[in-house]
Parts: sequence; C-alpha cells; structure tokens
Amino acid sequence: MAMGLKNRSEATTEDVAKAIRRSKVHWQSTLFSVVLLLLLLTTLVILFVLLADIIVKAYPTFQERGLSFVTSGLSLNPETAGVFTGIVGSLVIALIVVLLAFPIGMSTAIYLEEYAAASRFNRFLDTTVRNLAGVPSIVYGLLGLAMFVPLVRMMGLGGSTDGKNVIAAGITMSALVLPIVIITSSEAIRAVPNSIREAGFGVGATKWEVIRSHVMPVALPGILTGTVLTLARAIGETAPLLVIGVATGYFAPPGDATILDQLTGAYTALPVVVFSWTRQTQGEFAETLAPAAIVVLLGVLFILNGAAIWLRNRTEKKW
Amino acid sequence: MTDSIDLVSDTDAETGKSGTRDPTPTPRVSGRPRVTGGTPNDANKVIIDFKDVDVYYGDFHAVDSVTVPVREKEITAFIGPSGCGKSTVLRSINRMNDLIESARVEGTITYHGVDLYAPGVDPVEVRRHIGMVFQKPNPFPKSIYENIAFGPKIAGFKGNMDDLVEESLLRAALWNEVKDRLTETALALSGGQQQRLCIARAIATSPDVLLMDEPASALDPIATLRIEDLMYELKQDYTIIIVTHNMQQAARVSDRTAFFSVDVNEGRRTGRLVEFTETAKIFTSPQQRETEDYITGRFG
Repeated sequence: MAMGLKNRSEATTEDVAKAIRRSKVHWQSTLFSVVLLLLLLTTLVILFVLLADIIVKAYPTFQERGLSFVTSGLSLNPETAGVFTGIVGSLVIALIVVLLAFPIGMSTAIYLEEYAAASRFNRFLDTTVRNLAGVPSIVYGLLGLAMFVPLVRMMGLGGSTDGKNVIAAGITMSALVLPIVIITSSEAIRAVPNSIREAGFGVGATKWEVIRSHVMPVALPGILTGTVLTLARAIGETAPLLVIGVATGYFAPPGDATILDQLTGAYTALPVVVFSWTRQTQGEFAETLAPAAIVVLLGVLFILNGAAIWLRNRTEKKW
Repeated sequence: MTDSIDLVSDTDAETGKSGTRDPTPTPRVSGRPRVTGGTPNDANKVIIDFKDVDVYYGDFHAVDSVTVPVREKEITAFIGPSGCGKSTVLRSINRMNDLIESARVEGTITYHGVDLYAPGVDPVEVRRHIGMVFQKPNPFPKSIYENIAFGPKIAGFKGNMDDLVEESLLRAALWNEVKDRLTETALALSGGQQQRLCIARAIATSPDVLLMDEPASALDPIATLRIEDLMYELKQDYTIIIVTHNMQQAARVSDRTAFFSVDVNEGRRTGRLVEFTETAKIFTSPQQRETEDYITGRFG
C-alpha cells in the first residue's frame, strides 16, 4: 500500500520493496481486457462461419467447373452458367467510379480543406456532404433513374437499353461513393501537419505550390487507402442497380456486338448475379452457383483492396 | 557513402565533441559573457519599421500599438511572457498572419520604406525577401537536398543548384554533417540539425531579413548554442529578428531588445510593447519597472 510509507526519509530498502510490490490484482483492468478479447472473438467467429459456409457450398462448383465458371457468361442452364458477364459489368462500373468520383471527390476535398473560408455556407456544405454519405443506396438508385439514365440517353449513349446501361450504373455508383471519397480525402488532407504548410509559405511558395509539393504528397497515401475502400463499396452495392434497370435474368449480347453496343446494351454486375441466382426456380442456382459467385465477388474485392495497399505503400515515402 | 544513417556522428556534433573534426572551434561557445550587449549602431539603416501597429483576431485585440524600428544587420530580440503577442508581431512582418483568416493588422509596417500591407503587395514575394525559421523544426518530409532547393526552385533560380545547396548548408554550419547524405530524408536528422537545415532553407532564397520564432526552444542547450553562434555569423549579412522566451538568449545574441507585456482585461489578453532599447541597457538599466520585474524574475 502506498500509504504504508509514512516517512520516506527513514524508509529502508525493505520498506520500499514492500511498498511497491505487486500485492493485488487490478481486476477491472483484467476484466476489461477479457471482455474486449471476447467481443473480438465474436466478430471473428461470425466472419469465419460465414466464409466457411459459403466456401463449403461453393466448393463443388469450382471442383466440377474449374475456371470455366469464371470465364463463361450467363446461362439458363446451371451446367454452363458462369459469372464472366458479372465480372465485366462490375469492373466497368469500378473503372467509371475511378475516372469520375475520384478526381471530383479529391478536388472537392482540396477546396473544402485548403481554400474554403470558415463561412456559414461552407460549414453547411461540409455537413451536407457528411449527411449524403449516410443516405441509403436505394435513394441513389432513384436519383440515377431520374437523372443519369436520361443524361446517358441525351449523350447519345442510350443504345438498345435506352440509357439503362452500365454507363448510367457507373455514374450512379460514382454519385453514391462521392461523399465518402470527399470525407476520407478531407480527413487525409486535414491530417497533414500545419507546420509543413507554414514551412512552404515561409520560403515564399504560393498556395498552389504548397498544396502540390507538400500537402498532397503527404496526404496521398491516406487518400488512396480511403478511396479504394469506397471502390469496394461501389462494387458490392446491389440495390441502386436494381432500380436503374440492371438485367436480373439471362441475356446475351448479339454475336456481332461492338464494344459500344456492349457498353450501352444490357448488363449485369457480380452482386446482381448473386441476387438473381438466389431467386431462380432451379435449385442448383441458389444452392451451389450463388455461393460460388459470392466467392468470386469476394475474390475481386480482395484483389482490389490488395491493389490499394500496394498503391499506398508505393506512394508512401519510406521515411 | 554510408548506407545507414550516421547517428553516431550526429550525437557527437550535438554534444559539442565536433572539435575533433573542426580544428578551430569558436571560442565564444564556452566563454560567452552573460550580456554581450551586441553591437548596436545607430548608423545602421532602419529596415523594418513598426509604427503604431495593432493586431486583431476578429474583434479580439491581440497586440496594442507597437512602435519598433528594426535596424539593418542587427539582431533584434522580442522578449516577454507567454501570450504577450511577440510571435504575433513577428508573423505580421512576413504576413504569415494572412493565413489566419480573421487576423487584421492596423498601423504601418514598412520594409525599406515600403508599406508591407499596401494594396498590391504580394505576400508570396514578401516572404521571399523576409525568410522565417519556426519554433519547431519543420523540414519538409523530403531529402535534405530538396529541402534547400525547393525555395530557390519556385523563385525561378537559374544558377547551379548544387552550388547553392552547398553554400546554404555551409552558411548554416551543417554541410560537414550532411554532405554525404544529401539525398536522405531530412527527418532522420537530430532536432538541432533539423533546425539548422531550416535556417539553411530560409537563407537559400537569399532573403535580407530572417525572422526566428523561438528557434531554439525545442532544442537542448548545446544545439541552442550552435544556433546562437550561427545567428552571430549570419548577422554579418542578414537582419535578424528573434522571438525568445529565454532572456539569457536575448542577452547573449541580440543588439536591441523589445520587451512586451500582457494586459488581462475581462479575461482577454492584449499584448503591449513596454520598452525597446539597446540590449545592454534593457538588461542593466531598464527604464520601466515592469521590464525590471520581468528580467529579474519577479514576473513571468
């Protein structure tokens, strides 16, 4: 006990040794760490059961079909149905998101963090962006149907689907992830120490030079990590695509279709493939093919996240 | 060239054992008198002139009516207790306060007779003439070379950059310690080395005034002495204004000293210039009671 030492100047070595010896268990601290560990294990168990269940169900498909499951397109016949069309659709959507949402989102973040004055209007903008990030994805689907489908049609890219194609889907997904891109980029930019900006201004750099040469290089790894994670969200979303007319059944592009025809024609995406297979009347689709498609979807997500980490490590200075 | 970062020689430099490598260590390090008094000379031209300068943050009156003439090739020290506005006054010279939206300067600050706050004055250009060294060493997270080269590059320097980098590092008394690892990160340098790098970076754009905002407050005593020695050297070519908490430092390095105090009014603190005169005078025979209380340790 700390109180045991009344007179420190007269305490012997033994007294001190006794006073500072571990004499009781700090049970609150122990209990807290045990609870934390249990909660962590709960998460891990849920995740593991989920993965194991899907992989076990998917295994026969991969065993029988091998890579042909990944390389063949949609079919009404469970023996030959594959997810290739879905992979292509998802990747095109991802590409559009990278080309649209990333540059717009990063620029907005730079403006909000570096240029916008602390005015009431800009605070309102900031709050609005944060609220947008919480809007349910189905609402973005409605937005896509009301705005982006007609927009694609107006651009002359309506094709055989009259605008309800993968281009409109990509734009809708871009709008969906844009607020998240802005928020994560803003946070990465805000995390750059002000002393670096001062150093830049101190040697006579303009705002643009400070941002380009010092703020962005430091913020970029954080921005990339955040934004590529939003890409995973764009690839995993199903609801908005259902609203803006993704094909949920079987379709095949005509044999002589050009790339433009395919881009503007019927399309599907990986999560939609999973969704529609679980609703098929033939049992094989729901029982073995859908889990296999989920495994492919997870694989694509892992590859994308891996790419994000690789990209971040590459941009992050070794020092 | 060594692969690993040479922390050993770094430590040596900072603990003053660099004498083994430098055959003529400056004697001032050990034998510095308590008050040098500097070499103030009234014949020196006034280069930066504060006339009735008030600084506000929004409607908060941060600094009240400062009048200080800063003379060329002298070291002018701003001392005073925390919150007395000395840093605010310093940062109003190279318009770093512009970065704070609500900051506003009233009165006039002239540089070679030109009003620094006149419309049409570009703060970016001002900062190329009036360099700054900050309280905490803030090298860019880049190589040592790039740290020095950035300022001249954006200012459109067309000469030999390698020579300029070498010259700047030599003048900042850092060259010998870093010449073999110019391409390595500046963040691996010790605090004292980083601060000398920041001084080298500031003089690379050849400003004629150097503002130093407590440049040694984050450093150990040996590194502090090296920075002070460096200021002494730089005084030959530059006008230096230094803000410091450390009265001994002001006494050791400066030629003239401005003492600031702070008035607390309804919980708001407004800085005010109490006395400005030659350093030798302010430390031996201050005219104001407040100054005397502060330098004798009865206040602040």
